[in-house]
Amino acid sequence: MAGVWIIAEQRDGEFRKITLEVASAAKKVADGLGTEVTALVLGSGMEGACAALGKYGVAKVLYGDGEAFAAYTTDAYTNACAAIIKDGAPDVLLMGASMQGKDLGGRLAARLDTGIAVDCTALAVEDGKLKATRPMYAGKVYADIFINGSPQIASLRPNVFDIVETGGEAAVESVSADAGEVKAVVAEVQAAEEGKVDLTEATVIVSGGRGMKEADNFKLLEELAGKLGAAVGASRSAVDAGWRSHTDQVGQTGKVVTPNLYIACGISGAIQHLAGMGSSKVIVAINKDPDAPIHTKADYCVVADLFDVVPELTKEI
Amino acid sequence: MNIVVCIKQVPDTEAVIKVASDGKSIDTGDIKWVMNPYDEFGVEEALRIVKAQGGEVTVIGAGPARVVEALRTALAMGADKAIHIQDDNLYGADPIAVAKMLAKAIEPLSPDIIFFGQRAVDDDSGVVSSALADLLGLPQLSVVTKLEIADGKAKAVRPIEGQTLVLESPLPVVVTAQKGLNEPRYASLPGIMKAKKKPLEVKTPADLGAERSDFIEIAALNPPPARAPGKTVEGESPAELAANLAKLLKEEAKVI
Ligand SMILES: Cc1cc2nc3c(=O)[nH]c(=O)nc-3n(C[C@H](O)[C@H](O)[C@H](O)COP(=O)(O)OP(=O)(O)OC[C@H]3O[C@@H](n4cnc5c(N)ncnc54)[C@H](O)[C@@H]3O)c2cc1C
Ligand SMILES: Nc1ncnc2c1ncn2[C@@H]1O[C@H](COP(=O)(O)O)[C@@H](O)[C@H]1O
Repeated sequence: MAGVWIIAEQRDGEFRKITLEVASAAKKVADGLGTEVTALVLGSGMEGACAALGKYGVAKVLYGDGEAFAAYTTDAYTNACAAIIKDGAPDVLLMGASMQGKDLGGRLAARLDTGIAVDCTALAVEDGKLKATRPMYAGKVYADIFINGSPQIASLRPNVFDIVETGGEAAVESVSADAGEVKAVVAEVQAAEEGKVDLTEATVIVSGGRGMKEADNFKLLEELAGKLGAAVGASRSAVDAGWRSHTDQVGQTGKVVTPNLYIACGISGAIQHLAGMGSSKVIVAINKDPDAPIHTKADYCVVADLFDVVPELTKEI
Repeated sequence: MNIVVCIKQVPDTEAVIKVASDGKSIDTGDIKWVMNPYDEFGVEEALRIVKAQGGEVTVIGAGPARVVEALRTALAMGADKAIHIQDDNLYGADPIAVAKMLAKAIEPLSPDIIFFGQRAVDDDSGVVSSALADLLGLPQLSVVTKLEIADGKAKAVRPIEGQTLVLESPLPVVVTAQKGLNEPRYASLPGIMKAKKKPLEVKTPADLGAERSDFIEIAALNPPPARAPGKTVEGESPAELAANLAKLLKEEAKVI
């Protein structure tokens, strides 16, 4: 079978956006290699949803059904994916560098005794091999990587690869998938606040730092974010002060984000913060200090008091 | 409770990273080295568990001679003993190769819990932990912000996109630490003195019967893609600044 395979990611029976990004990127790699894209889908009662992946360049779907695959667990997914992949022997295997992909990738690479390039931001084909580009040292350098193992595994950073609609319907084939022994189980799922977009998936982020002065003032950012359909992030100073939760921290020891628009309010732009948001497509800095380092990284610098400008901006949008 | 914490020594987060003359590795000449920040959470959690439930904490680090400094820091925080896998060429290795080497050292210790950082802030991979878990046939609890160990079981809180999961696993288990798990302590002066007398065993990959096998080949390291220079948004009043910014975002950048 060979070719380029992707591991599709679903939640509650629906493909996640990252799956469409990975499928679109895989299609380009497959074109470069003169082959086709096969998607491996594990789920429960999802067979009917699979053909639609064809729209994003997937020629064929291998669908493994089972209760154990309704929600992701490391063990069930590793066991089933590894067996199916060994059988099909793809040349290239791509997945999202989402929380799921980050959990699964290293494990699969070890099981299949091959290499993995995680959190890639670009892919190319050179001399019939995958060339994966990924940031290292918090984005201070970018590495071009070849993988001398089979399959060549890479996971792709969310929000970086464009979703491209190229095809029609994919052919769907059922495969037997064995979850094997599942040791670590999901005991409980706590849903986040209704409508709250995760930072790593948000296309717009409004972030606040120590300049916000107190927790309550973040409601100014919540209001702006509400209008923009944005998620609210924070610097470590704001998190350490207890104004925001740890899951909101952007930076080297927080989340690495790649939104289309990142608005930094009252954030100085320390190197560890830039590490988390420096590859955002457009950066806006709202900071009253003209010498704040964030102004040297921003596309649009607003040198002013955030408490004056942010409410006005909310009105403008 | 027998706990192992894997520690990577990494460049300080402030470090300027320069590409070496080979174009494929970094120039380590001027770098200040520290314990990977996420590994500090692992050490702290291990110390807390042992304090409450008894047991021993062993820290393990693989790499050149300088790695001993990071291990000493963990001993000064309170870990009981350290193992240094000395390999001068390991820095920059494929995380899968590192996992194989660590697995050889860890397996004979039969730990109940093995802690890792959720990722190392130099290679930014987060691969070593799950690879090692698979090599040793252990379950993994990745990127956790809360952990409870009771009755031979681990219960962990794992935030994912838009949800928070509570995971349960039998011991032995691999756990990767995320910020929020705890507040790591600093090494105290008495701690630093005591650390000097704690056992630190040095092993070579040959002692462990480990062979280096990299799949990853770094062809080139490049500077990050250049960004166009920024623009200062003009305006006499906050309202005017806001209006001009909104206009630029809509019409020029086309992001809203
Ligand atoms: C190992 C390590 C890891 C780290 N990891 C991270 C990380 O992941 N993420 C992170 O963010 N940091 C991280 N840091 C911390 C980092 O070094 C900085 O301390 C932190 O980012 C500063 O946060 P800040 O910009 O909010 O605060 P400050 O640096 O205090 O900046 C506040 C800014 O707000 C501006 N300001 C104040 N009032 C106003 C106003 N009314 N209107 C407009 N502007 C105003 C000021 O001019 C100033 O520039 C890390 C540090 C270390 C050592
Ligand atoms: N050379 C090493 N020695 C000991 N532990 C390591 C080493 N490399 C990585 N680790 C562990 O694996 C974690 C993840 O590293 P990485 O997969 O390289 O991002 C680190 O936080 C450490 O706990």
